[in-house]
Amino acid sequence: MPEPVISISETCRERLGYAAAFTPALLDPEIGEPEVIAGPNGKSAKKRYDVYRNNVTVSLINALSDTFPATQRIVGEEFFRAMARLHVRQSPPTSPLLSDYGRDFPDFIEDFEHARNLPYLADVARIERAWLDAYHAADAAPLHGHMLTAIPPETLGQAVFTTHPATRVVRSRFAAVTIFSVNRRNEPFGRVKAGEPEDALVTRPRLEVFVRRLPPGGARFLESLMAGEPFRKAVDAALEEDGDFDLTANISGVIEAGVFTAVMVSEHGDNG
Amino acid sequence: MVAVPIIEGARAARFPAFPVGGTAGASLKPEHLAAIHADPAPVGFFEVHAENYMGAGGPPHAALAAIRERWPVSLHGVCMSIGGPQPLDKDHLRRFKSLVERYEPALVSEHLAWATHDTTYFNDLLPLPYTQATLARVAEHIDEMQEAIRRPILLENPSTYVVFPESTLGETEFLRELVRRTGCGLLLDVNNVFVSATNHGFSALEYLAGFPLEHVGEIHLAGHAEQEDDEGALLLIDSHDGPVADAVWKLYEIVIGRSGPVPTLIEWDSDIPDWPVLKAEAEATQRILDREAACPARGMAHA
Repeated sequence: MPEPVISISETCRERLGYAAAFTPALLDPEIGEPEVIAGPNGKSAKKRYDVYRNNVTVSLINALSDTFPATQRIVGEEFFRAMARLHVRQSPPTSPLLSDYGRDFPDFIEDFEHARNLPYLADVARIERAWLDAYHAADAAPLHGHMLTAIPPETLGQAVFTTHPATRVVRSRFAAVTIFSVNRRNEPFGRVKAGEPEDALVTRPRLEVFVRRLPPGGARFLESLMAGEPFRKAVDAALEEDGDFDLTANISGVIEAGVFTAVMVSEHGDNG
Repeated sequence: MVAVPIIEGARAARFPAFPVGGTAGASLKPEHLAAIHADPAPVGFFEVHAENYMGAGGPPHAALAAIRERWPVSLHGVCMSIGGPQPLDKDHLRRFKSLVERYEPALVSEHLAWATHDTTYFNDLLPLPYTQATLARVAEHIDEMQEAIRRPILLENPSTYVVFPESTLGETEFLRELVRRTGCGLLLDVNNVFVSATNHGFSALEYLAGFPLEHVGEIHLAGHAEQEDDEGALLLIDSHDGPVADAVWKLYEIVIGRSGPVPTLIEWDSDIPDWPVLKAEAEATQRILDREAACPARGMAHA
């Protein structure tokens, strides 16, 4: 093996320190503009550097605003942007794909003391984050109902499902699905009982993203199937969580929503 | 997973190879999709920001495929961070490569700027000093990108608000040398020239006189906004939120008079107007291109 080549001299290395010098003040208003820059002809660079600060912060706040429109509508634009600004400074993106940004924003909202009087807000944000993931997920043809009816009843208990790439389940102790829906539509709405627990199914069987409220036990049923557990085990888990679990309604809902892409029955007995 | 065929060698083209020469194009905005498809003669080509199409699937890819079936597409990268000191993001390079393979764009471009430092992505086109050290590093990055996508890129001149006292090379000198070292082409953003010239107090015409126009494969035009610097002087912001300024049209006509009819894009990324407004800007551009194509004899006389 040849010796590792050091391609850049020490002087050059110093000259490549501009990014390390330029960035710290971008998201921290307490730090003055970097010393490596200047205005032309001896001019000051304060307002000039502020253009970059502003571009960075405002564009990232805008990215959060685009991803979480219902959350913004609930708290109002001014509150939302102030909250988003804090989040942008604490947790700037680590990927150039802004569609991936804001994954930890719902947790940030949950811990944000000024939003404590809106305990459902973080869950609404979780649904919105799931909505964007479903929007950009890989395309796949959903499972046809006849694939399921073709399975002999005696082996159905062992059936294992493949989840559609767009499928997400979001569980909430609050009426997050209803609150999401009415605020996302941007229309006037009546009184919502916020304390009613609601679970969301987010899917995109084709090009349109759907957010539906799952029936009792439905979330547990889906989480079990999505984790690769066999059908019987999923049914048991759902019934254990909620005695009102309606298997027929859940199966037809799951097929209609395109939650899965494939089903497989193992040849060797049911271990579940 | 979405099937993105990566087949070496004799791969059948999936899309028509539309010519893009001498045409005016427009930024592709989702809000214009219906109007574009209903328009019997929209514009010559559409340009997209590569990063907006790096998801696995869904409506963005369906929309871009439908556009690419009918018109040429220009793939414009915004976050490769070619101008940064650190190594290029290999995942990003891989994503960019699969977009080039998937959509067979007529034009591929990136910026002389950077956006990522360490692990933070700043979502802005940040400036760099022009030194022998940065020249060597940027040339390495362009080589790496061109090798990955197996075709030359067009590198865009930035609009800037600050200078680096450590710079030892002029911007046109820096770009010219990058072309020589890497074989890349250039994307001349005439609005950026006007913005930077105003902000730094140099002559846009002198800058253009030093710009290697023979290597320009695409031109950008856009609107800018006005602010003030610390001394109360005019500071222009490259905002892409309005029509092209009169002064920029003037510079553009001078450039086209020297370069011939280079494909030209109207960029509009913020405060997006209805489709007819954006289209009218592209039509004004097309008239200038057509006029030049009809009487190409003027050559370099304007320089």
